[in-house]
Amino acid sequence: MANSSEFPLWEVFIRSHGGLNHKHVGSLHAADAQMALEHARDVYTRRMEGVSIWVVPSTAITASDPADTDPFFEPAKDKIYRHPTFYDIPEGLKHM
Amino acid sequence: MSTQVSLEERFQARIDAEQKIEPKDWMPEAYRKTLIRQISQHAHSEVVGMLPEGNWITRAPSLRRKVALLAKIQDEAGHGLYLYSAAETLGISREELYNELLSGKAKYSSIFNYPTLTWADMGAVGWLVDGAAIMNQVALCKCSYGPYARAMVRVCKEESFHQRQGFELLLTLSKGTPEQHAMAQDAINRWWWPSMMMFGPNDSDSPHSAQSMRWKIKQKFVDMIAEQIKVLNMTLPDPDLRWNEERGHYDFGTIDWTEFNEVLKGNGPCNRERLAARRKAWEEGAWVREAAMAHAAKRQQSV
Repeated sequence: MANSSEFPLWEVFIRSHGGLNHKHVGSLHAADAQMALEHARDVYTRRMEGVSIWVVPSTAITASDPADTDPFFEPAKDKIYRHPTFYDIPEGLKHM
Repeated sequence: MSTQVSLEERFQARIDAEQKIEPKDWMPEAYRKTLIRQISQHAHSEVVGMLPEGNWITRAPSLRRKVALLAKIQDEAGHGLYLYSAAETLGISREELYNELLSGKAKYSSIFNYPTLTWADMGAVGWLVDGAAIMNQVALCKCSYGPYARAMVRVCKEESFHQRQGFELLLTLSKGTPEQHAMAQDAINRWWWPSMMMFGPNDSDSPHSAQSMRWKIKQKFVDMIAEQIKVLNMTLPDPDLRWNEERGHYDFGTIDWTEFNEVLKGNGPCNRERLAARRKAWEEGAWVREAAMAHAAKRQQSV
């Protein structure tokens, strides 16, 4: 099946309320960005689930490789001193 | 060979630990194929499922009923789209998926091959068909494939209004004129057994596994509907339906599987009509899709 006639794929990100970040909700096909925005509104916000939408061509996304998850995230693994719980403070010390 | 084994072991370990599998993760070919089949059948069912209801949009008895019906059908289009997107993450294109439906290669839920003869059918479809679908779908929210599970969470959230509006519609008819009451009863009589068939064949006859779970869900559905129908002041067309004190559940009669298999084989009342309607929509929409692509290309050039 030739793919050339098919609408390109877009990833949809929605901000559900003012003050929150945009979150990935799914994808859809559309001929261009404007159509992608309008379809995203109709498909993903039928019940006021959003106040702002981003659409991004799926081909523009670079993702980390799941097969490399362990080595890729390894640098943060042994740095427990980045967490507040690493530090001993006297019991009863307030507001810290 | 040894890497293949370890990949399979790691995959199985993640399934056992109830971790989600994501699109780019390694997965066995059989898992990928089964998922594509299951998710696409589900997507096709949502899309074909718009047709029996679309039949009544222009004849809805009030504006309130009309907007509810339209919203429900729009939801079903949306559900089809969520599910097609989930299937596409497995490496099959939308066009391939669609062609499988239009060529008759792919299946969709047999329930949509029954006709919607009266307005009361809109109530029976919402209450019984969507009610049965919801019970089957809740389990899918926990399935191992991330994109499918996430799509199902959204679907289930949106479906609950479908069932409620169906019940409300039937209750209104039940309290109406004797003719309206009879029309609602007739719709329930026609949709009860096809709805029961949505839970699949029972243990001995089914070629698939996981049937005991299905049986439990079916019993739950019967128990729920048998109580709700009292509120509607109507009856279910099953002479064997009665409360079993010992089991703490309703007993119910056996399903006519000959009919089910006929519908499955393509000999249901509306099989040909449904596919013809989808093909017509696809073919008549071709120029719109082409024009949209041409427009997009032209705008790209002028930037």
